[in-house]
Amino acid sequence: MSIFINKKTKVLVQGITGRDGSFHATQMKDYGSNVVGGVTPGKGGSKVADIPVFNTMEEAVSKTGANTSVVYVPPAFTVDAIYEAVDAGIKLVVCITEGIPANDMMKVYPYVKAKGARLIGPNCPGLISPDESKVGIMPGTIVKKGHVGVVSRSGTLTYEAIWALTQAGLGQTTCIGIGGDQVIGTNFIDCLEAFENDQATKAVVMIGEIGGSDEEIAAEYIKKNLSKPVVAFIAGQTAPPGKRMGHAGAIISGGSGTAAEKIAALNKVGVPVAGSPTEIPAVLKELMSKAGKKAAGTVKKPAAKKAAKAATKKTATKAKVKKTTAKAAAKKKPSTKKTTSKRKNK
Amino acid sequence: MKIHEYQAKQIFAEGGIPVPPGDMATTPLEALAIAQRVGKPVMVKAQVHVGGRGKAGGIKYAENAEAAKVLAQNILGMDIKGLTVKKVLVTAAEDIITESYVGIILDRTTKQPVIMVSPAGGVDIEEVAAKTPEKIFKLYVDPVLSLKSYQARNLAYKLYRDINQVRQASDIIIKLYDVFWKVDASLAEINALITNPSGEVIALDAKINIDDNGLFRQREVAAMRDPDAEEPSEVQAREADLTYIKLDGNIGCIVNGAGLAMATMDLVKRYGGEPANFLDIGGSSSPQKVVTAMSIILSDSNVEAILINIFGGITRCDDVANGILTAFRELKPSIPVVVRLTGTNEREAANILKSVNLPYADTLDNVVKKAIELAGME
Repeated sequence: MSIFINKKTKVLVQGITGRDGSFHATQMKDYGSNVVGGVTPGKGGSKVADIPVFNTMEEAVSKTGANTSVVYVPPAFTVDAIYEAVDAGIKLVVCITEGIPANDMMKVYPYVKAKGARLIGPNCPGLISPDESKVGIMPGTIVKKGHVGVVSRSGTLTYEAIWALTQAGLGQTTCIGIGGDQVIGTNFIDCLEAFENDQATKAVVMIGEIGGSDEEIAAEYIKKNLSKPVVAFIAGQTAPPGKRMGHAGAIISGGSGTAAEKIAALNKVGVPVAGSPTEIPAVLKELMSKAGKKAAGTVKKPAAKKAAKAATKKTATKAKVKKTTAKAAAKKKPSTKKTTSKRKNK
Repeated sequence: MKIHEYQAKQIFAEGGIPVPPGDMATTPLEALAIAQRVGKPVMVKAQVHVGGRGKAGGIKYAENAEAAKVLAQNILGMDIKGLTVKKVLVTAAEDIITESYVGIILDRTTKQPVIMVSPAGGVDIEEVAAKTPEKIFKLYVDPVLSLKSYQARNLAYKLYRDINQVRQASDIIIKLYDVFWKVDASLAEINALITNPSGEVIALDAKINIDDNGLFRQREVAAMRDPDAEEPSEVQAREADLTYIKLDGNIGCIVNGAGLAMATMDLVKRYGGEPANFLDIGGSSSPQKVVTAMSIILSDSNVEAILINIFGGITRCDDVANGILTAFRELKPSIPVVVRLTGTNEREAANILKSVNLPYADTLDNVVKKAIELAGME
């Protein structure tokens, strides 16, 4: 199990004939992703690593039945590429490109949302579900199939954390980089919600950094909605205020968005923050063993399933499920398939 | 990117926002000429990218042109928070009846521009927000639908009672919103927006920050960048396509990726050192970038050791290793350099570096500890 992408994901590469596009299309294919095509206007009919190239997204989607695209086109053309993807019916757009004006993204975001699609990024490494699919640029060599969900605003820092998890024997369900820009399509709480609903995910690692207040919002969300253990890491404790630390979104402005505030917010809701990325596995293991008894309670009872069906509002559903499961702790494990597939269809 | 007040006022004026007449001067004689042209008392304002210019003595009132010349003489060359004043704005002094605040920023949570107005202007707006939040009025604007006249008018009514002033202010708010979009601003601010004795509403100050990501299509604005107002090493780094921010510590850091660069700095502090810089060499790094990075850090005399921390994904460790080799040949560093290269092509990298016999570390934590140890800190 995984979130957002799996074996069935059919990927189109926008900008496939470019330097980055062709390299990563090949890498994704080699990893086992189902890369069904690429798009570069004017290069239709050609092939990149045996992947067919189309002139337009419309044509590519109609001929391949793709549901996902990954964007490598240069920043001046990226926004157009995202619009083109969602207009062609793509439901998941992963935007790797860095350097897109924030003002453009403010207009793109509501459009993508209105089309019922999801945008991940921009300025992100994409995502990988080990042994299932990789969409983006994360190195396939560092991941391992398992039960930890990883969500991060960073790239290489995420690799560092994933590698530490893998070495410690903690495999992953999905690792997702949501991007370092100010305006991003998918934020922490979208991923936390998906991980909570994913049966295979038993724990979550969340990697944040200075700037904005997404980590604080995530902390509140975790407190209210997450039954699974979460460990965090926050980068930028030594970052000076007012300076953009590489990522457009990593800036302490007007004295807010500091690492200290974020760490305090997370600690307040019981989320431990590791002192180093390499210490994440140890902190996670400790938390998981503590939550051992509680973890048995996360298995949903049939009664809870009925309640979930009856309730229409998501939040209400969750509260009910939680209460029932707490009571039903340590009981026999029921089949959970139905609940899961239902949630995924939402 | 930050631009100066005089530049922001040029953009305001082009956008139809009323600003007092004036111009920028780099010499006392230029200041004299501008003041004569203005033909009334002027303010002489230091143009540096820091707040608190007034308190530091960088903003002064001159009764006449001769006085403006003398003040310009004093202010030019003045040091304000470590920055030397090389430009002053000479601008007509206005008699102030009321002072308000108007600002637009991008709100990350709602992903919309938010317009903030306050009748308590002319002071630090963050202080107003902290102490008297009820004096700040916010409007989140739908970026697709854009700002409507009535919305601007409603905001203007929070500032003024007089319909003429409301009309002027709502016009200014609409024009400021247009400027925000036109120049790819991440912040556009008027503090203070004043009324004078004849009832006119005027932008007495102007501040615009530009979204760096928008610069590729903002040629005119990009040309406003003032290298004099920035750290020379940061300018050099930007020209080499590196992201570098100078700090005051003793451990130089060369890292790939912004998040990892920050985390590495944090660990330097955690293990008892002080980071000398933030430096992200970016993805797919050419060897030359490593050489430039090393030379920038070596020019900082506070640095006692350099650590190179690379987690190879797109970045290939052998490319970085070749860069390190070249850097050693060309720059002959006299301080310790500790290396950790892991990920793509790490074995090739280790082979390349055999000849220089560098202290090598296997993990993120160890490379940091080793650098601190070699800097004689632990």
